[in-house]
Amino acid sequence: MSEQASQKNEFHLPNLERQPFEPRALQSIILSTLTFCMAIIACIPLFSVLIMLLYRGGKRITFEVFYALPSTAFDVGGGFGNAIVGTLFMVGIASLISVPFGILAAIYLAELAPESKIATVASFCAKVLSGLPSILAGVFAYAAVVLLMGSYSAWAGGIALAILMVPTVMLTAEEAIKMVPQPMKEAAAGMGCTPAQAMLKIILPVAVPGIITGVVLAVARAAGETAPLLFTALFSDYWLRPNEPTASLAVLIYNYSGMPFPNQIELAWAASLVLVLLVFILNLISRAIGRRKTV
Amino acid sequence: MAEYNSLQRSQSISKPPTAGDMLANRAFRVLTLVFTWSIVLLLAYILYKIGGRAIPAVKEYGLGMLVGTTWDVNARTFGILPEIWGTLYSSLLALILGGFFGVSIAIFLTQNFLPRILETILRSIIELLAAIPSVVYGLWGIFVLIPIIRPVADFFNTHFSWIPFFSTSLSGPGMFPAALVLSIMILPTVAAISQDAFRAIPHKITEAAYGMGTTRWEAILRVMLPTAAGGIFGALVLGLGRALGETMALAMLVGNSNQISLSVFAPANTLAALLALNFPEAGDTEISVLMFAACVLLLITLLVNMLGALIINKTGIKR
Repeated sequence: MSEQASQKNEFHLPNLERQPFEPRALQSIILSTLTFCMAIIACIPLFSVLIMLLYRGGKRITFEVFYALPSTAFDVGGGFGNAIVGTLFMVGIASLISVPFGILAAIYLAELAPESKIATVASFCAKVLSGLPSILAGVFAYAAVVLLMGSYSAWAGGIALAILMVPTVMLTAEEAIKMVPQPMKEAAAGMGCTPAQAMLKIILPVAVPGIITGVVLAVARAAGETAPLLFTALFSDYWLRPNEPTASLAVLIYNYSGMPFPNQIELAWAASLVLVLLVFILNLISRAIGRRKTV
Repeated sequence: MAEYNSLQRSQSISKPPTAGDMLANRAFRVLTLVFTWSIVLLLAYILYKIGGRAIPAVKEYGLGMLVGTTWDVNARTFGILPEIWGTLYSSLLALILGGFFGVSIAIFLTQNFLPRILETILRSIIELLAAIPSVVYGLWGIFVLIPIIRPVADFFNTHFSWIPFFSTSLSGPGMFPAALVLSIMILPTVAAISQDAFRAIPHKITEAAYGMGTTRWEAILRVMLPTAAGGIFGALVLGLGRALGETMALAMLVGNSNQISLSVFAPANTLAALLALNFPEAGDTEISVLMFAACVLLLITLLVNMLGALIINKTGIKR
């Protein structure tokens, strides 16, 4: 009887002993090491890019590059002051269009009528637009603005960038507005606020950090975009004239990277360094704001 | 008395909206509605503009452009099959590499491999990969990556040239460097969404797996991966969508050669790169053909992105 019981017991007890080098433990160790290596490898490109930018771009960064115009092909020296101005101008136009556009649409989607049919459709369209390849925004701006105006211009470039910014601004603003606590919204309504008053005086001020995070991220992305500017703003060796072709940092890098002149290639590296610094700073700002939000 | 006063004060704050308030509310509502409609109209207008410009090309050259393989402006023959092939091939190669790394890193970041602080640092590094503009990756690819991988490519070409993937030598720009850079660019997307998928696994499942006495990797491979499979698949599809539409890195690295080749070292071309390179100097007919190519690209990316969004929706992960 007791023998039977102990047999039963043995049958039910799994083997709880674990050998350090049994196959399944080894498998675990090997796979852990592999993923660790892969994580290290994945970090290499970022550091390689940054080191090369600092090394090759840093050599060429002088005060001159920020205010001088590009030099001609065989010349030395020169800078890309006009490209910096052009990038800032076009990103500025794009922000002026896309920020109000995105936020107002987000207000309707998140708060005024989230269940309505048009809200569902618009939110779907925004998601589709956010997956739009950036070059197609350029193709569209070419067809809609460049052909209409008869010339490449900073306006066309700005509009192309705005199309890329709208969905980002809108979707993040929608999230931020939805994150505002329900009791706050109800309190505002209970005090006799109209929906517009509640939105402008209570909800938007609370949602502002989240909205700014989205806007800054969209600006950072737009500043680095090249494809939409290639045949809307084109490029120029002169200072900004909004109705004519306009230089931008991104297009300058692209154009100069294919040139056989060392001076231009150095300038491309220096411009890359400036552009990446700009984008990284914007990213840091948006992270800092995003972390500070209390809602 | 004091109570009465405060009540009166509160009454003076909370009062019914005046007619002016109601009017302002109306106006505000209409304003936001207009912009909500605008986003729908904007998408429709984009489709209409690009599609409308492509119609002359379809009328003149027919849908045969889809299977034509030569692009010759002077002979007025336009075929975009090599570009379609290049777009799909480069994106798939990038997806295999970037997807493999992306999912591994998602596992690494979510399964308690690292102390919290290191996890945050690694996550930030991966996220910063997405912040670098693609044109900078292109520049880096030309001057850093291609010189590094050339000897490797030559080695594979001389020793394994019987495998179709290595049948040509790398003469500079080509499919492989382009796909490599592309995979770096989609890695953050895949890693971020896969991390969400892993985090969405209920704790009970994890604990049950470990409670059964599994090793860490038995739990990951047999329990976590199958549970998160839907989200990971969605991540891969969205990564593919991103790779398909990427322009600059490819325009700078892929070599712009109108050919269809299985070899990963051969130069090739993609739809987006074709647009970037030919648009600025194109004449009227060529523009129309390029608009047609843009339509094809739009269609492919729309399909892939919608599929990805649908899968993510189904798995119920909050993005």
